[in-house]
Amino acid sequence: MAGFTPHTESEIKEMLQAAGAPSIESLFSDITPELRAKSFNLPKGITEYEALNEMQELAAKNMSFTASFLGGGYYDHFIPAAVDTISSRAEFYTAYTPYQPEASQGTLRAVFEYQSMISGITGMELSNASLYDGGTAIYEAVNMAFRGSRKKKVIIDGGVNPLHIKMLKTHAKNIGVEFIEAPAENGRTDLKALAAMIDTDTAAVVAQNPNFYGFVNDYTSVFAQAAENGAASILSFYPVSLGILKTPAEMGADIAVAEGQSLGQPLSFGGPYLGIMAVNKKFMRKIPGRIVGETTDKEGRTVYVLTLQAREQHIKREKATSNICSNQALCALRAVVFLSLMGKEGFKKLALINLERAEYLKTKLSEISGIEVLTGPTFNEFSVKLKKEAQVFFKEMSAKGFIAGLPASVFYPQDKNTIIMNATEKKTVTQIDLFIKAVKECV
Amino acid sequence: MKNIFEKSVKGRIGVDPGTPDTNMDSRLDPSLLRKTDNMLPEVSELEVVRHYTNLSRLNYSVDTHFYPLGSCTMKYNPKINEVTAVLPGFINAHPMLAYVKEDAVQGALEVIYKTSEMMCEITGMKKMTTQPYAGAHGEMTGILLMAQYHKVHGNNKTHIIVPESAHGTNPASAAAAGYEVVTVPVNSAGGIDLSALKEKMNAQTAGIMMTVPSTLGVFEKEVLEVSALARKFDALMYYDGANLNAIMGKARPGDMGFDIVHLNLHKTFSTPHGGGGPGAGMVGVSERLADFVPVPAVAKTKEGKFTLDFNVPHTIGNIASFFGNFGVMLKAYTYITMLGKEGLIEVSEKAVLNANYIMAKLKPYYYLPYDRTCMHEAVFSAKKQVMHGVHALDIAKALIDRGFHPPTIYFPLVVEEAIMIEPTETESKQDIDLFIEDMIDIAKLAETDPDKIKNTPVTTPVSRPDETKAAREPRLKCF
Repeated sequence: MAGFTPHTESEIKEMLQAAGAPSIESLFSDITPELRAKSFNLPKGITEYEALNEMQELAAKNMSFTASFLGGGYYDHFIPAAVDTISSRAEFYTAYTPYQPEASQGTLRAVFEYQSMISGITGMELSNASLYDGGTAIYEAVNMAFRGSRKKKVIIDGGVNPLHIKMLKTHAKNIGVEFIEAPAENGRTDLKALAAMIDTDTAAVVAQNPNFYGFVNDYTSVFAQAAENGAASILSFYPVSLGILKTPAEMGADIAVAEGQSLGQPLSFGGPYLGIMAVNKKFMRKIPGRIVGETTDKEGRTVYVLTLQAREQHIKREKATSNICSNQALCALRAVVFLSLMGKEGFKKLALINLERAEYLKTKLSEISGIEVLTGPTFNEFSVKLKKEAQVFFKEMSAKGFIAGLPASVFYPQDKNTIIMNATEKKTVTQIDLFIKAVKECV
Repeated sequence: MKNIFEKSVKGRIGVDPGTPDTNMDSRLDPSLLRKTDNMLPEVSELEVVRHYTNLSRLNYSVDTHFYPLGSCTMKYNPKINEVTAVLPGFINAHPMLAYVKEDAVQGALEVIYKTSEMMCEITGMKKMTTQPYAGAHGEMTGILLMAQYHKVHGNNKTHIIVPESAHGTNPASAAAAGYEVVTVPVNSAGGIDLSALKEKMNAQTAGIMMTVPSTLGVFEKEVLEVSALARKFDALMYYDGANLNAIMGKARPGDMGFDIVHLNLHKTFSTPHGGGGPGAGMVGVSERLADFVPVPAVAKTKEGKFTLDFNVPHTIGNIASFFGNFGVMLKAYTYITMLGKEGLIEVSEKAVLNANYIMAKLKPYYYLPYDRTCMHEAVFSAKKQVMHGVHALDIAKALIDRGFHPPTIYFPLVVEEAIMIEPTETESKQDIDLFIEDMIDIAKLAETDPDKIKNTPVTTPVSRPDETKAAREPRLKCF
C-alpha cells in the first residue's frame, strides 16, 4: 500500500510535539463519537503494478471495431502527437487556476492565445477560456441571454443535439424559461417557419450547424429576424467544420458555442470535453467563466491576468453571472496546440478531407438499392433511410465488426429506419470500401 | 517573448492533415461557405512545441513547487493515474456506444459503477451520480435535486441558507438554480451561528449548504443540531465535499444527516488541476433522494452485466451529455484502489498533521483568528503585518520570490486579510520547514523593512500587473 505520504515515525513525533498534540487521533477530537463514521468498508490497498493490471483488464473489456462510423456530436479525429506532449508537461497540468499571475504566465498566455484562436475560427469578437462541454455552453448561453432580457421564450431548432437540449432543460428548470421546439422533419427544419416563431417575447433562438442529422444550414435570415425582435441568436457549431463552413459571425450570431472535443480531445467515454463560447462585445461583461486579458507591469512589460472577475462567483457570490469555478483549462490547452499545429491552411484542409470522405461514403451508399441517403447539404455526417429498422441493421453490421452509425430512433422514436453516419479524416477509402461491402450484405 | 501569431510565417504548417481532392468545396452551395479566412497562425511543429514548452516554464506547479493553496487541495497526484486514464480501451471508447451497444463498453460502465459504489461507502450516501463535471456543477445538481424533491412533495420553498464561511460557488449555484440566498454568520469559534440560523430557518427553507470542515479549516461541531433543525422544516442538508481530504474514514456526511454531498474528485482523489480544470463533481444522495438522481445511471443486472438505467421515477434529467468526466473517474478509481481503506485514512491523518504543524509554528508570527485545532488547512490573518503596511497580497508575492506558490489569500471573506494554508499530506517535513522559515522571515521583514516585501516579486519574468488597466481597457485576444 502506498500512501504517497513521506512521514517517518520520528518526524510524526516531532511534529505532534510542536503542535502540542499527544497523538494524531487527538487532532480529530472535534469529531465527537456521535459524529464518527459508522462504516468505512473498503478493500485493502494494492501496489502500482497491481493497479495497472486491474485497469488494463477493465479497459480490455471494452470492444474495438474494424471501423466505426458513429458520431452524433462526438467525433473520432486524429490527435497529433505534439498535443499529448505539450499537455502532459507537468508545469501545465499540475498547476492551478492562475490567480497569481507572476507565477502563472505560462497558463495565462496559453489561454490568451486560445481565446484568440477561437475568435480566429468563429469570427466572433471575443471568447472565454472554456466551459465544461458543449451542452454546458448552450445552457450558459441561454442563461446569459435570458437573464438580461426579461423575456420568457427560448426557441430551439429541432436539429440541436438532443442530449444538449435535455441538459438545457434540466439546468433551466427553475428559472422560468418557456422552451419552444421547432420540429425537424426527417432532420430538416423549415427555416422560414423557425424565423416566424420569433417574436418580441423571445429571449433567444438556439440553432446548430451542421445539425444533429448532419445537415448544413445558413441561419442568416433566422438570426436577422431575431435581431429585429431583440432576441439573442445562439449558434452551436462543429469546430472542424469551420475550416470551410460559414462562420457564426457571418450568419449574425450573438453567441457562438461548441463542443470542442473535435479539437484534440480524445473520446474518453464522455469526458473531459471542452465547452467553447465566443460572443459579441455587448456580452463582454456577462460571459461566464474565466477570461484572460493583456496588461502591463510596472516596468511596462506585457503581462497576462485573469480579468473582468467582477462577474465571477468568488467575488459576486449569488450575484455572479454563473457558478463556474473550475473549468477545462487543460482541454483548452490541447485545443490551442491542435489549432496551432493545423494552422490556417491545415485547418481548411482538415475540413475538406472530412467533407471528401463523407461524400465518398455517401456516393457509395447511394448506389446501393434499398438505401436512401437523405438529400441536402452535409459536412462529414449525414442521414440514411433504410428499408428495415436501423437498430436491426446496426446489430447485423456490428456482428461484422463495424459500428454503422447512430440509429436515429435512440433519440427520435418516430425515425425508426434512419441511421446517422459519420466519416472523419481517419476513415480511409479502404475502410469505407470494406464497410460498403458489409452494408450490401446487411441492407 | 512573442505570441504564437507573431511567429506566424505565411505558408508554414505544423502538422499536415493530408491532401483533399480538388474542388471539394464546390460540393456545397457557396452561400454555405465561409467568406473570410480563418485567422490561425502558420507555424511549424517545432515552433509550436518550443513555444508552448517555453510557456510552460513560466508556471509554478505542484511538480515543481510547494503549492499550499487553501481549499484547493493541491496534493501530489501519482503518475500512474496518467497512464491508466489513457489506456486505449478507455480513451477510444465512444460514449454513444452506451446507448446503442452496451456490451461494447462493459469495462467503462464497470469503472463508473464501482467508483460510485466506493464513493457511497466513503461518504455514507445511498446513491451516486457521476454526471456533474465539476464541484460547482455538483452543487447545482444538488440544488436541482432539492427543487425537484420539494416540488414532488408539494412544498413551497423559496430560499436556501448558506453560511458566511461557505465557498463562493455555494450561493452562486443556489441562485443559478432559481433560489434566493440567505446568509448566516459564523460564531466566535468559527462555527455556524446556531441562534442566527434558528432565526432564519423556516418553512420556506429548501435547504442548507454546509462545508464540513468549513473554509475556516475547522470542523462544524454543531452539525447534528443543524440537521435536527433542518428536519423540522423538511429542509434538505447539503454537504460541500471540497474539504473531504480531512475526514476520510473519520466521519461521513451520510452518517451526519446530510442528504446531498458533492465530491471534488480532482482534489481529494488526485487529478492534477490542469491550470483550472478539468475536474469532476460526483454527487451522492441519501435514501430520500434516490428517486431523483440524473439519468442515465449505471446499474448492474442480476447476471452481472452493466447497463444504463433510465428508470428513476422523479429524475431531474440530464446534467451531462453522458456520464461526466470519465477520464477523471479513472484517476480516482486508480487512486482509491491503490490506497485502499488504510491509505485513505492515512491521507486524512497526514493532511491534518501537516496543517496543525504549520499552524503551531506560525502562530507566534501571524494572527490566528480561530485558535483551535484545525483540520487540513489553517487560516491566518495578515492583521499584524498590516500595521506595518504589509498586506496578505504582499506576503503572497514575497513567497513567490522564495520559490513557493502562495497560499490562498483574501478567502474566506469572513477573515480580514486572510491567508489560508493547505499543505496536503504529500509534503515532507523538510519542505514544510523551509516554507515555515520563509514565512517567519517575511513576518520579521514586515517589521524591519516592509518596502522590501511590497516590491516583490523580483525573481519572476514579470512583476505585479496593472489589473485595473486589464479590466478598464480589456484586450482579450492577440489581434
